[in-house]
Amino acid sequence: MAIPRQKMPAQDPQKRIGNFSEVNLGYTPELAMKEAMRCIQCKDPVCIKGCPVNIKIDEFIDLVANGNFLGAAKKIKEDNVLPAICGRVCPQEDQCEKECVLGKKHEPVAIGHLERFVADYERESGNIEIPAIRPSTGKRIAVIGSGPAGLSCANDLAQLGHKVVVFEALHELGGVLMYGVPEFRLPKDIVRTEIDVLKKMGVEFQTDVVVGRSVTIDELVEEDGFDAIFIGVGAGLPWFMGIPGENLVGVLSANEFLTRVNLMKAYDFPESDTPVFDCKGKNIAVFGGGNTAMDAVRTAKRLGAEHAYIVYRRSEAEMPARVEEIHHAKEEGIEFLLLQNPVEFIGNDEQWLTGVKCIKMELGEPDDSGRRRPVPIEGSEYILPIDMAIISIGNGSNPLIGQTTPDIEFSKRETIVVDVNTMETSKENVYAGGDIVTGGATVILAMGAGRTAAKAIHEKLLGESHGFDEW
Amino acid sequence: MYKIVSARFLAENIKKFEIEAPRIAKKRKAGQFVMLRVGQSGERIPLTIAGSDPEKGTITIIAQGAGKTTRKLNAMEAGDTITDIVGPLGTPSHIENFGTAVSIGGGVGTAIAYPTAVALKEAGNHVITINGARSRDMVILEEEMKSVSDEAYITTDDGSYGFHGFVTQKLQELIDSGKKIDYVLAIGPIPMMKAVAEVTRPHNISTVVSLNPIMVDGTGMCGGCRVTVDDEIKFACVDGPEFDAHQVDFANLSDRNKIYLAEEKKSDEGFEHDCRLEKQR
Repeated sequence: MAIPRQKMPAQDPQKRIGNFSEVNLGYTPELAMKEAMRCIQCKDPVCIKGCPVNIKIDEFIDLVANGNFLGAAKKIKEDNVLPAICGRVCPQEDQCEKECVLGKKHEPVAIGHLERFVADYERESGNIEIPAIRPSTGKRIAVIGSGPAGLSCANDLAQLGHKVVVFEALHELGGVLMYGVPEFRLPKDIVRTEIDVLKKMGVEFQTDVVVGRSVTIDELVEEDGFDAIFIGVGAGLPWFMGIPGENLVGVLSANEFLTRVNLMKAYDFPESDTPVFDCKGKNIAVFGGGNTAMDAVRTAKRLGAEHAYIVYRRSEAEMPARVEEIHHAKEEGIEFLLLQNPVEFIGNDEQWLTGVKCIKMELGEPDDSGRRRPVPIEGSEYILPIDMAIISIGNGSNPLIGQTTPDIEFSKRETIVVDVNTMETSKENVYAGGDIVTGGATVILAMGAGRTAAKAIHEKLLGESHGFDEW
Repeated sequence: MYKIVSARFLAENIKKFEIEAPRIAKKRKAGQFVMLRVGQSGERIPLTIAGSDPEKGTITIIAQGAGKTTRKLNAMEAGDTITDIVGPLGTPSHIENFGTAVSIGGGVGTAIAYPTAVALKEAGNHVITINGARSRDMVILEEEMKSVSDEAYITTDDGSYGFHGFVTQKLQELIDSGKKIDYVLAIGPIPMMKAVAEVTRPHNISTVVSLNPIMVDGTGMCGGCRVTVDDEIKFACVDGPEFDAHQVDFANLSDRNKIYLAEEKKSDEGFEHDCRLEKQR
């Protein structure tokens, strides 16, 4: 292979820990064309099968290689309405790039970087393509939640000529893209711009509406006359560990910490009214090894933490976080305390957190997940002095929908049960997709589910395979 | 954006607003609250829904100026708009005919106790209300409370009006007089709710308090509002805000509410400074 995989230019680590600007700076047109030329245009492009929404990867990359960037953007948008977002946050190494034939002997084509470049190029050109809309079908569909699943479902339904109303509980649209993923990984203006395309397509958005409290699913059908409902409310209920001292002042969930910083812009306090724990010169520990944990710990570092630790009970090989994020975190001076588990939080007389008692672990036999089970080493406890603890061990489902719509079947894991081919729930004409069905997963999987549901809703409302061939 | 239909001060620093929010007005029940945000850089704060008019499509909230956001709110007038109001949130009050029900409100807590007192009356209870204020000029909703009470008492800390003393002393007096009390609802500052719980505990009187922890989203996605009730973690925004007073860990709630004291002070001072500059212009 003559050309090596082109590296993504990035902000210098020492400089970037002092700001919230994006770390990755994006390809230049030259870099993009060079990288696109590495694609060997396979007869059977297996990369497409690795993409949950089956973007025509070979075709868009060919357009990039020929310098037709706007054409490439249009090609991607046939299958994915949020390319600037997916190009940034998808775990490509486990999806499209994992399948890339080049990856067998060399490094795979940087499909994600190219998708991102194309979307950014289109946005910066000021000519964002608004997809064509079919004639109105007269059907009205309510989408609950404006995260990746809801946005992708709304997009497909709107293109098919349905009237779509999206209900969002928070005051900003985008779900985890706004409150969870930090600005330094996904600038919020990009999220807003991609959502604006949906508004231009006629999708109506209503913020400040909590389905299950402000209105119920039954009311949306019976009083507001919606023909179908798509539930994409995600997995937003944070889990705590249930160990002593967890209610001390200074112990909080990653959801709370990230919501304060990202959605409420607490990094800009007091210009922004929402405060966040003052991290300056403090020791902060994040418990967990997923992307949320990496986002939280890197945020704490940017807020001025002296020591920002990741405490994870397995080893680095088992970490669910993206390799790129772990790499970025290390570059930024994040300290990884692997194979250890917190057993108790310790506080002072005023009930403020002062430390955490951890026990060291070793890896035993593989468990149900196929990962080697961590086993505590007796007598290895020690106390790590910390001022704030951020819990990032995963999320469950918010109970509001289940409590107010008893005829929707939930699994023992509190996720909604659906027919995997149509995403329809046990309640007729009510569909669900994304994290509320799978538990915490990825942005692109949620988008794939939204898309499957949109297709099924369309077919059910208008009859079998209504015009789907030319879509 | 949510339009303010009317706004007036009930007492120094305590203002009552009627706001257009048809969806919330139609749906809300006693004991529920809203999250509200003033301005694009505003924070989200919880405020109890004091009443509603479903036909007009309005809700009533009563706010005491205590920090930057509530003071920003209290500077607003009819015709102004509030950026975001989300609700109704929280589990509604559990209302039934208990027999004799005492509703206790301390300070601006009276505004929170009021809708539940109305619901208790409608459910057929013999309703006794005790409303505590620092002094006569801080007494709010006196007429409203009287209209839903079989017996209404006002207490002032300085004795300038009504009973001279705390709400707990009045409650103790009622219990000592041999009155049969079946249910007590107490809403106000944490020390007051804790004190009420201690008055009723020896008599096994079912007692409910409405907790006021720090909240961010108000929908159950962050756990910032978690409280310890009967040694279990509960999210006040979803599981509450009302809980069994005899099971609540008040000390933990009080400690956790102090986390941002320094930042709140800074934010408020900045606001004060800006206001002064505004006035000088």
